[in-house]
Amino acid sequence: MAKSLVPEKIDNENLPPNTVKTLVPQVKVERVIKPAPPRYRNELAKYIIRRSADCIMCGKCVEVCPQGVHIMKEGYKYFAAPHQHTCIGPACQKTDHYCVDLCPQKALRMVENPMMKLLGDYRWPADLILATWKMAETGELPSPDYGYDYECGASEGGFDRLRFKFPEKPPVELREDEIDTSLELNRRNDGRPQIKLDVPWYGGGMSFGSVSNVTQLSKARAATAFNTFTCTGEGGYMERMQPYDDHTITQVATGLFGVREETIQRVRIVEFKYAQGAKPGLGGHLLADKVTPAVARMRETVLGISLFSPFPFHSVYSIEDHKKHMDWIKHINRRTLVSAKVSTPIDVDMVAVGSYSAGAHIVHLDGGYGGTGAAPDIAKKNIAMPIEYAIIKVHDFLVREGVRDKITLIASGGIRNAHDIAKAIALGADGVVVGTGELVALGCVRCSRCESGRG
Amino acid sequence: MPDKYHIKTQPVPARRPRIGKCGVVDWREDCANCHNCVKKACVFDRYRQEADYIRGLTEMDAFFFQCMGCFSCVQQCTKGLLALSENPVYERLGNRYWTPAIIETTWAQAETAKIPVSGAGYRGKFSGPGFDSMWTDMSEIVRPTRDGIHGREYISTGVDIGRKLPVLHFSKDGQIKMPPLVDIPMPMMIDVLPKEYSLPQLLPVFKAVAAATGIIMIADSKDIGLLGNELEQYLPNIAFYFASGAPLLHKDILRKTRLAEISDDDKTDQRIKELKNINPDMVVAVRVTLDAAGVKRAIELAHRPHMEAIHVVADMNGDEIGAKNPRFVKDMVRQIHNPLVADGIRNEVTLIAGGGIALPEHMAKQLLCGADLVTINLPLLIALECHLCRVCDVSRCPARLDEMDEKYAVGRMINLIAAWHDQLIEVMGAMGIRDARRLRGEAGRALFFEELEEATFGKIFGSRKNR
Repeated sequence: MAKSLVPEKIDNENLPPNTVKTLVPQVKVERVIKPAPPRYRNELAKYIIRRSADCIMCGKCVEVCPQGVHIMKEGYKYFAAPHQHTCIGPACQKTDHYCVDLCPQKALRMVENPMMKLLGDYRWPADLILATWKMAETGELPSPDYGYDYECGASEGGFDRLRFKFPEKPPVELREDEIDTSLELNRRNDGRPQIKLDVPWYGGGMSFGSVSNVTQLSKARAATAFNTFTCTGEGGYMERMQPYDDHTITQVATGLFGVREETIQRVRIVEFKYAQGAKPGLGGHLLADKVTPAVARMRETVLGISLFSPFPFHSVYSIEDHKKHMDWIKHINRRTLVSAKVSTPIDVDMVAVGSYSAGAHIVHLDGGYGGTGAAPDIAKKNIAMPIEYAIIKVHDFLVREGVRDKITLIASGGIRNAHDIAKAIALGADGVVVGTGELVALGCVRCSRCESGRG
Repeated sequence: MPDKYHIKTQPVPARRPRIGKCGVVDWREDCANCHNCVKKACVFDRYRQEADYIRGLTEMDAFFFQCMGCFSCVQQCTKGLLALSENPVYERLGNRYWTPAIIETTWAQAETAKIPVSGAGYRGKFSGPGFDSMWTDMSEIVRPTRDGIHGREYISTGVDIGRKLPVLHFSKDGQIKMPPLVDIPMPMMIDVLPKEYSLPQLLPVFKAVAAATGIIMIADSKDIGLLGNELEQYLPNIAFYFASGAPLLHKDILRKTRLAEISDDDKTDQRIKELKNINPDMVVAVRVTLDAAGVKRAIELAHRPHMEAIHVVADMNGDEIGAKNPRFVKDMVRQIHNPLVADGIRNEVTLIAGGGIALPEHMAKQLLCGADLVTINLPLLIALECHLCRVCDVSRCPARLDEMDEKYAVGRMINLIAAWHDQLIEVMGAMGIRDARRLRGEAGRALFFEELEEATFGKIFGSRKNR
């Protein structure tokens, strides 16, 4: 047993014997919403104000704009680069502080930013990215004044064709503080501890190597603040993550990189990664450039040599093999819950029931349209079904088999915003995993160059 | 261990300025000339490359549009002077079906022979018309081998063209007479180019590519004079197409070819007989145009006992020819394949499908829909940096196809075919299918949008009406 782990006192009669717990003090992160301004000098904006040579630097625009778009620093003669991203665009025209109208020289002009055409894509349109940035910055929904259409993407299918029918007004008897967003993950009644999340989502698996320390720790701190989880992905468990043990899921993937008894014993949830939605059936590939000294040490591999996680687990070809895997982890860590992450083939319903039979607490369906790392284009678009279909299929089958209430169904692969979360749950999932959204919150522009390792 | 099918490749750089999607517009007049200019910090080093490009320009024919679209310079420029712009030339590439993205990825594969890889998940529409309305299915458990990624070496992409016997008949002396079969190492042949893109100088290139990759090119018999010298050694990789009324080629040539194709007309049976009389070991395919009568005609031909192979051809966008509301080629192939399965004769005749094959996944999907193999032509043309602008006038061709040398053209096409082959293996590996012959009509490994939509959302919201 690692020095930082000790047997846990059985003060809870539900805990099985030989349960271990971490000795590393666990960090508490307050759920405090505070402004997190963008770190870029010129945050991309939907609308931009162009200033012509007629400007006489009178400062009227600075004076009238409540959004703080125009910046004239004290003691400076010229304007600093404007905060275009705070401009609310055409919505401002109806107000009494529209700088374009109030400029005495008529030197200002508001236009829609032509770069918006190059930002985003059908699944993540520019508006959705900008709105996500705004939410990450403020912790609040973007003001309707910004005109962001962020409830849906533009993919014309799946979640993007589903809309909620909201009542005109929420029912009076519904109090906001009575709305329960928590999610219990252990439904097996197998003596293992219950884990209750405050929110029905947790963070996607992004390995050390594919993302940086800072990104992993940011995910961990946010997960701790919201009493949910983050996932290390494949590739080991950084020492720096240990203060977040109680909010970390570690992954056992086909390459078994970085998998050690000690890391399994640390955590409250272990996830078996059978497949990834973005590249189902293909395994993983960490490019040689990303196998840095730290990554190589963590994964116990050779510096600068690319790493393959094969597909599938060579030791799993049946439900019985699957159960053997689960039992292995459950034996090493008596208090952990076990999740099986699978992709979405046509027989995903059978796979889900098989996972239940094997002893999984959570079956995690990863649809094809998500993914945060690099994958062959041919795989992302063409292999296995989108998550929207898989959720319904699995939910219905679990109901028919009479085990729906005994396993937690988690969906991922294309969950972009709160509306998608609600839609996934409405279709039959218990909760979701969010990956790309976390990266967009960190400023990702979705340029799709992840494979270059230059981000 | 027998030799594995392997296509040797090497990078073949573009001749023409690369046409990317993004460029950077730079309002230099306000530049503060910072010492820590973001241009120097470009992680892809594009600004230095742009400077080199401009320095090396001999004529002003294209701007530098190789920006990777990461926005980092735009976001960090001290004065906010930089902006990304979409390349108008990029926007004009291709057409509705052959989109700029298809053309761009084809160029990249032709240059590097590598499988296109990108990050941040899928970016496109949920589904779409044509081949975008289906997915291939993967197998969570069943694998071609137990060797994971290395097991791909054991996947066979070879297919046979010709008639297969439903049962074996032995003669009194124990001999068996098998009809001829043509085996090719991947389920793809090179078809004649559409009239709009008919470029005679490409014929010797196709010939060399077919020989180097082991596949077969279909060449119009009237163009035999354009195929270049030393034709004899290439004959196993050439299938001559005989249009209606076209005279047969010399017997010495036909006796050395493995496959021929004839136009479908009222003399189809007679033409097959004529060719078989000259070379009984030759397989004869019949080319059927997928117009309003095409599906029915293909089924009818398939029932003829001597029919070996049927090549059904839609238009270059995969649409039914001459129809106001055309069916797509994958659907028409299913309409041919399924009745033949029901009649118990599907395995006896080879079904070759052409038209609309623009990406490697189309090849795999067309096989899942029931074809034994596919034919392509335009992707090979695009490999030569063609814009599909339909201006096949040598003096105005933006790809300057008149200036290319054969080594370049052959190399680019081989690279493209190799990349497609690798991608076919990727999806076959994911599907758990180790033999391309088993891919044909394997509906259990296909997911169709309409069926999934009906099965999942249909019961909640009713059938989808607007498709």
